[in-house]
Amino acid sequence: MGPFLFAGSLARRRRHRAVCSCRGFALVLPLPLRRPKAYSMTEQRKAVALISGGLDSMLAARLILEQGIHVEGINFFTGFCVEGHTHAIRNHHRQKPKRNNALWVAEELGIKLHIIDVIEEYKDIVISPKHGYGANLNPCLDCKAFMVGKASAWMGQNDFDFIITGEVIGQRPKSQRRDTMPLVARESGAFDRLLRPLCAKLLPPTLPEREGWVQREKLLGLNGRNRKPQIRLAARFGIDDYAQPAGGCCFLTDRSYANKLSDFWQARGDKSYELDDIMLLKVGRHLRPRAHFKLIVGRDEGENNFLSGYRRQYPHLYPTSHKGALVLLTGKANSDDLQLAARLTARFSQGRDAARVSIAVCDADGHQQTLTVRPLTPNEIPPHWYL
Amino acid sequence: MTRHELDARRLLCPLPVIRVQEKMTTLPSGDTLDVLCTDPGALNDIPAWCRINGHKVIDTRTEEHHIIITIEVG
Repeated sequence: MGPFLFAGSLARRRRHRAVCSCRGFALVLPLPLRRPKAYSMTEQRKAVALISGGLDSMLAARLILEQGIHVEGINFFTGFCVEGHTHAIRNHHRQKPKRNNALWVAEELGIKLHIIDVIEEYKDIVISPKHGYGANLNPCLDCKAFMVGKASAWMGQNDFDFIITGEVIGQRPKSQRRDTMPLVARESGAFDRLLRPLCAKLLPPTLPEREGWVQREKLLGLNGRNRKPQIRLAARFGIDDYAQPAGGCCFLTDRSYANKLSDFWQARGDKSYELDDIMLLKVGRHLRPRAHFKLIVGRDEGENNFLSGYRRQYPHLYPTSHKGALVLLTGKANSDDLQLAARLTARFSQGRDAARVSIAVCDADGHQQTLTVRPLTPNEIPPHWYL
Repeated sequence: MTRHELDARRLLCPLPVIRVQEKMTTLPSGDTLDVLCTDPGALNDIPAWCRINGHKVIDTRTEEHHIIITIEVG
C-alpha cells in the first residue's frame, strides 16, 4: 500500500516557499534546497533538537521523543560557550565534573548529538547584531535566529522534518518573548517547521502539529520565568541531575567578560577577534596599566599552564627569584612599560613583600632579559587597571 | 584495518570532540583513531561522544605531556 498523501500540506508548503523567496531573507535557505516531499502518515518523522545542555532543551527533546519522533541533537560551539573545560583550567575547579553538558544530555536522552563549529560564522553575530545586545554583549536574539537557521540548514541537508527548541515564552527578556518568537522563526528560515514543545500551546500550530506528526494536546503551554513547572516535569521524567539553568551558557552574558571584550576591541581599534583572543579573556586577572598594553596574570598553576601555551605568541614575564604567576603581555610595550610590567609581575609573586624580585622578561621570539625590580604595593595599583 | 592519528593538543573541549567527529566521518568501520589531547576534559567528552554515536574507546593512556585516546570506528 502506498503512502497516504496530504495534498493540502503540499500546497501550503509551496505557498510558504513562495513567500520566503519574495521577502529575500538572508537566512532563508533550507526549504528551497529541499525537494518537495509527500507527507506520509506512516513515515518515521525526524526532528533535530537544539541541545544547549540545560534543562529546557532536554525536556523539549524528551517531550518529542515521547511522541515516537526520531530526535537527534545539535549543539553549536561559538567560542563563548561556558563549559566544563573553562572550569577545568583553574586548580580549585578541578574537583568539579568536567563533563560537556550537551553530550551528557544527549546520552541521558539516548540520542545522537552533532556538535558544530560555528566560530567563524558567529563573529558577525557578535560584532554587529542586527537586534542589538542584551544587558552585556549578549546578542541573544540574533544568536537564536542564527542557531535555528543553522539547524534549519542541517535539517535540509540531512532530510529531517522539523526543529525543536527549549524556548519558553517570557523566559528570557531579549530572545524568548511572545513578539520575538515569530521573528526567530522567520529570520532563521525555519518558519513553521520550528516547534517549541514547552510553550507550543500558546503559539499558533506549527507544521508538525497541523500535519499530525506530533499531538499538540501533549505539548505544553509554559510561560514566564518560573522554573517550577520544568522542575516538576523533570521529576516526572525521572530526571534529577541537570545543569543549573540560571548560570547561562554563554560568556557574553557575563558582565566581567563583556568588560574585557569591550576593552579588547577598544585597544585593537576594531571589533574583530580570533578564537585565541576570546579564550584568553576567560583566563587570569586582566590589568591594563597603559592604553597600549595589557597584562594577563595567571591566578594558579592551572592558569599558568594554560597561559604558557601562548608563550610563543606573546611577550611574557615570570619571577625567577621567587615563585609566582606567569604573565602574558599583549600590545606594545617600551622599556618603561616593561619595568612597570615587571613590578606588577613581582606584585603577583611570593616576593611581593621582598625588597627586590628578579623577573624574566621574554619576547615571543625567545629573547630573554632579567629585570630586578621593587614590587608594586597595592596602593600603587589603581583599581581602574583591573578589567 | 588502518590506524590513524588526530592531533588535538592545545585544543579545549569541545574542539577535540568536534575534530574527532569530523575525522570519523572519513573513516571506515573497524579502523582505529589515536587522538592526542591535552585538555583533561577530553577524557570525559570523547568517550561520551563515542557512546552516543556508536563508536568504541578501546584504550586511554596518559603520556608525559598529553593524553592518547584510541577509538575504534563503529
